[in-house]
Amino acid sequence: MIQQAATTPETFGPVLLQIVLAIAIAVGLILLSNLLGQRVAKRSSFSHTPYECGLPMTGNPHPRFGVKFFLTAMLFILFDIEVVFLFPMATVYRALLAAGIPILAPVLFFLAVLGVGLIYEIRKGALKWEGR
Amino acid sequence: MDWMYLLIVLVKAVVVVALVMAVAGYAVVGERKIASWVQERPGPNRTTVPILGSIPVVGWWLRRMGFFQLWADGAKFFFKEEPTPAHVNKLYFLVAPVVAFVPAMAALSAVPFGQYVGSDGVAVPLAITNFDVGMLFVMAVSGISVFGIIMAGWASNSKYPYFSSIRASAQLISYELTIGLALLPVFMWTGGTLDLFSIVREQGGVVGGGVFGLPKWFICIMPVSALLYLVALFAESNRLPFDMAESETDLVGGFHTEYGAFKFGLFFVGEYAHMTLAAILFSVIFLGGWSIPFVSMDAMPVGLLGAVVSVGVVFVKTVILMSFIMLVRWTLPRFRYDQVMDLGWKILLPLAVVNLAVYAVILALVEG
Repeated sequence: MIQQAATTPETFGPVLLQIVLAIAIAVGLILLSNLLGQRVAKRSSFSHTPYECGLPMTGNPHPRFGVKFFLTAMLFILFDIEVVFLFPMATVYRALLAAGIPILAPVLFFLAVLGVGLIYEIRKGALKWEGR
Repeated sequence: MDWMYLLIVLVKAVVVVALVMAVAGYAVVGERKIASWVQERPGPNRTTVPILGSIPVVGWWLRRMGFFQLWADGAKFFFKEEPTPAHVNKLYFLVAPVVAFVPAMAALSAVPFGQYVGSDGVAVPLAITNFDVGMLFVMAVSGISVFGIIMAGWASNSKYPYFSSIRASAQLISYELTIGLALLPVFMWTGGTLDLFSIVREQGGVVGGGVFGLPKWFICIMPVSALLYLVALFAESNRLPFDMAESETDLVGGFHTEYGAFKFGLFFVGEYAHMTLAAILFSVIFLGGWSIPFVSMDAMPVGLLGAVVSVGVVFVKTVILMSFIMLVRWTLPRFRYDQVMDLGWKILLPLAVVNLAVYAVILALVEG
């Protein structure tokens, strides 16, 4: 016998409390360290420049970055949505099998679509990082 | 909801947060000790406190083990200058450490640390809350911490933190796919439950028979899933050899280069809290949680003793796993960035898809 998990306000309330507690701790720690922290009488103007190993900063602090990162993010969205679609399948898979509903073929088809997409993007070189 | 109920919940939350922060804090000392043993040096062994340190044998031993080091390091965070450089974007600069720290703590609220079997024979999870989509909640919430890294890197208005945050975010999202796909067979096996308590209860007992009997843990039933999940955990908690966000040799300190005092401390504690969370999750999902090998779930002690035993078992498994994670850090060199992405997309992800298909077929044969 185990206590059944539920989805009522009583089960979500503690989560909210935990989040509030965590935020309170984080903010409290920052405030405390701000309060107790060392005071420097006269700050050098170099305290307010970006740290680049002691050399003066050169160029733009937000330089352009590789388009590969963008591609990765887009591919992530695609695949993550497919994973999300798989979650409902996983929760009912055994029940459907036990009820004699043929679910294996559709699942394998879905995974094959996912696999073909992955092979396609790898062959296209969307995930090629070395060289150009 | 009455006041008594709120008070109990509050006490539970405070205890969990305090324990996990203590474990995360001592993980820092533990990491330094393990590093020193791997590199054949004594490690932190000087820091001591007046009264505790002068107890004859114990005090000496605690000092040699670096037990008081954490207190000194923690206190030091408070008394350092807390700078907010003029060139940063103030709001996001302040919010970022909080966003990096809070998700690890929030995700803990759905993780069961043990069980309490009352006199009526009903097993109740020792968790802050017991809700039926526990694992989804943990995955969703701990995924938020990537925003802390992005915010910190962007708001710092500085080149190296910026590069670091972009690298780290691409890496984190890549390995999140593997985590999702590696866990799906577990949920298929347990018959549709996403709540961590039932997943642990499922793992009591033995699979196979005679001398070939193995504990019915998911690491024995689905070793490939466990391996995928373990590798992805290293990447998700930014641990070496996937330490792209903090690769000191090319990015100074990483996304928190411009931070100081406890604003930096929160990133630091958050990273170790994430590691602790990852280790607890792995021991709960794949290492059987509080199940002792070859002891059935119903044979576990009941009452208060049972609660203590179950929490102790989870704790021991978590500590062993964390020591393993640390040992890996001090054994392997850092990967190159393209190697990290290739491993994630071209090896782990296809392997996870094949693994899922294999378990779909196995389950169809078992049930069919």
